[in-house]
Amino acid sequence: MHLLRLNFAVAVSGFRRYATYRVATAAGVFTNTVFGFILAYTFIALWHERPHLGGYDQSQALTFVWIGQAMLASVAVMGGGFQDEFSERIRNGDVAIDLYRPVDLQLWWLAADLGRAAFQLLGRGVVPLAVGALAFDLALPASPGSWLLFLLAVLLALVVSFALRYLVALCGFWLLDATGLNALSTLLSLFFSGMLLPLTVFPGAFGETARLLPWSATLQVPADVLLGAQPGGAAAGLAFQTGWALVLLAAGRALQTVATRKVVVQGG
Amino acid sequence: MADEGGEFIDVQDLTKTFTVRRRTGLLRRTAEEVRAVDGISFTLRRGEMAGFIGPNGAGKSTTIKMLTGILTPSGGRLRVAGVDPWRERTRLVRRIGVVFGQRTTLWWDLPLRDSYGLVRRMYRVPQARFEENLARCVELLELGDLLDVPVRQLSLGQRMRGDITAALLHDPDVLYLDEPTIGLDVVSKARVREFLRTLNAERGTTVLLTTHDLSDIEQLCKRVVVIDHGRLMYDGPLAGLHEVGRGERTLVVDLERELPPIEGLTGARTVRTEGPRQWLAFPASASAAPLVSRLAAEYPLVDLSIREPDIEDVIARMYAR
Ligand SMILES: Nc1ncnc2c1ncn2[C@@H]1O[C@H](COP(=O)(O)OP(=O)(O)O)[C@@H](O)[C@H]1O
Ligand SMILES: [Mg+2]
Repeated sequence: MHLLRLNFAVAVSGFRRYATYRVATAAGVFTNTVFGFILAYTFIALWHERPHLGGYDQSQALTFVWIGQAMLASVAVMGGGFQDEFSERIRNGDVAIDLYRPVDLQLWWLAADLGRAAFQLLGRGVVPLAVGALAFDLALPASPGSWLLFLLAVLLALVVSFALRYLVALCGFWLLDATGLNALSTLLSLFFSGMLLPLTVFPGAFGETARLLPWSATLQVPADVLLGAQPGGAAAGLAFQTGWALVLLAAGRALQTVATRKVVVQGG
Repeated sequence: MADEGGEFIDVQDLTKTFTVRRRTGLLRRTAEEVRAVDGISFTLRRGEMAGFIGPNGAGKSTTIKMLTGILTPSGGRLRVAGVDPWRERTRLVRRIGVVFGQRTTLWWDLPLRDSYGLVRRMYRVPQARFEENLARCVELLELGDLLDVPVRQLSLGQRMRGDITAALLHDPDVLYLDEPTIGLDVVSKARVREFLRTLNAERGTTVLLTTHDLSDIEQLCKRVVVIDHGRLMYDGPLAGLHEVGRGERTLVVDLERELPPIEGLTGARTVRTEGPRQWLAFPASASAAPLVSRLAAEYPLVDLSIREPDIEDVIARMYAR
């Protein structure tokens, strides 16, 4: 109960911190919308040439585009969120203060990042999706049940994305310069989440593998859950996400234990 | 409780060595040992307020980190309230308050008030006690107008007062402050010192204050522990430190050119020369005026200043004894 209240308070503060940056939010909405239009026209050209590419018709493909834009900031496909702050605290040694507090480091950052994500889902997600729905013929479901499943998939996507970025950030304990690793992880995330092209369009072993990697849980799966296109149904998608979430959180926890030992022995 | 009546902080022969790896060639790396704390011992009774002083790199922060349990000692014995701070960190954390001068425990984008709300939940402080403690700190540290300001907009002095409040909301038995006055303006410095004095006198909170600024100690602590290069140099009343180091002031003299050490000035002796600059020590009780006029008359004087002894001078004299 105490833990729940604490983490809720942390999440609320994460939400509020991002809510104070109104100009940045407006700029983000603008960027997502422009990017959405560019991708949408690209996809129209693509699906005109190759109808039913990746098993989607054109309006499903366009929906994929705008769902992606709506989730981009929230799921932190390009990195960022808590990750920048946590990495900086590792770099400058402030992390020692965090370790000193009577709270669990991983849970703390998870709560803070979920708060941020909740804000960015509302602040940066709703408008681009609405614009996309007005400008194009999207295949959005009508039943509230589908939307509920989608929200659940988004929540799991946020946890998977957090767990991945937590692992990347923890590497900062050993790397003097994490720029290269960050660039690599952004690249992997951008591609293997399905942000640039749905992973369903890739054939053969490469496609199979791409769809099994954790990044696909951050965008491809939620989009398929909303489109009703998830192989094996929505439940299979949610189970896939849950599996990755647990594995990655556990890995983060193990790495955190090693990092903590390094800090308490070597002073950071 | 185990510590009642006895020593609240008990440090015996404490050491900490860091291994620093350095690249010495293209592929070769050598490991080097840095003895940050090299066998220090001291004890602190409950309710005592002591200054922990030494020049930069002396090992003060390292010692504080070990006392808080975020760093493991390499050797020696360490007990706070009867327990090993590192092994029983989770148990001790609610009884300890820490302020690191160069770091902040507050959240950059949040108003002070929200940061305090999070601290309250972390430490599970009952609402009534939280409000009472907050009101007290707000009044004594004059934070009233600042509670709704995001931390990033606070000045260093304001932020430090905010940090001290955050460290005290859970009523710790002991407060560690690592260089709390570093970089503060005069007003904030005075307010912080006054607050610590009140805290110690009225609440009986044990306070260990780290600083390299002698004036902090002079205004606050009867007891001082001096370390240098990880070793204990002095542990005793402030008055004793005065005897060692506070007897003299220094005249820093810039001459037009390099000259042999100035001699023959009654009541002053040259303690150091460096090119055209010379350092002259003279009794703190004496007036500088006659010295200055004689120097001006007899030497090609460019500039001159008077320095109160700082911790480095005090320690230099300890070695000289
Ligand atoms: N994590 C660390 N790794 C290696 N050396 C360290 C580390 N922390 C401190 N030191 C070294 O230990 C010595 C004491 O440092 P510190 O305790 O910060 O001194 P102070 O706080 O008195 O200025 C310094 O020489 C410093 O360079
Ligand atoms: Mg220090």
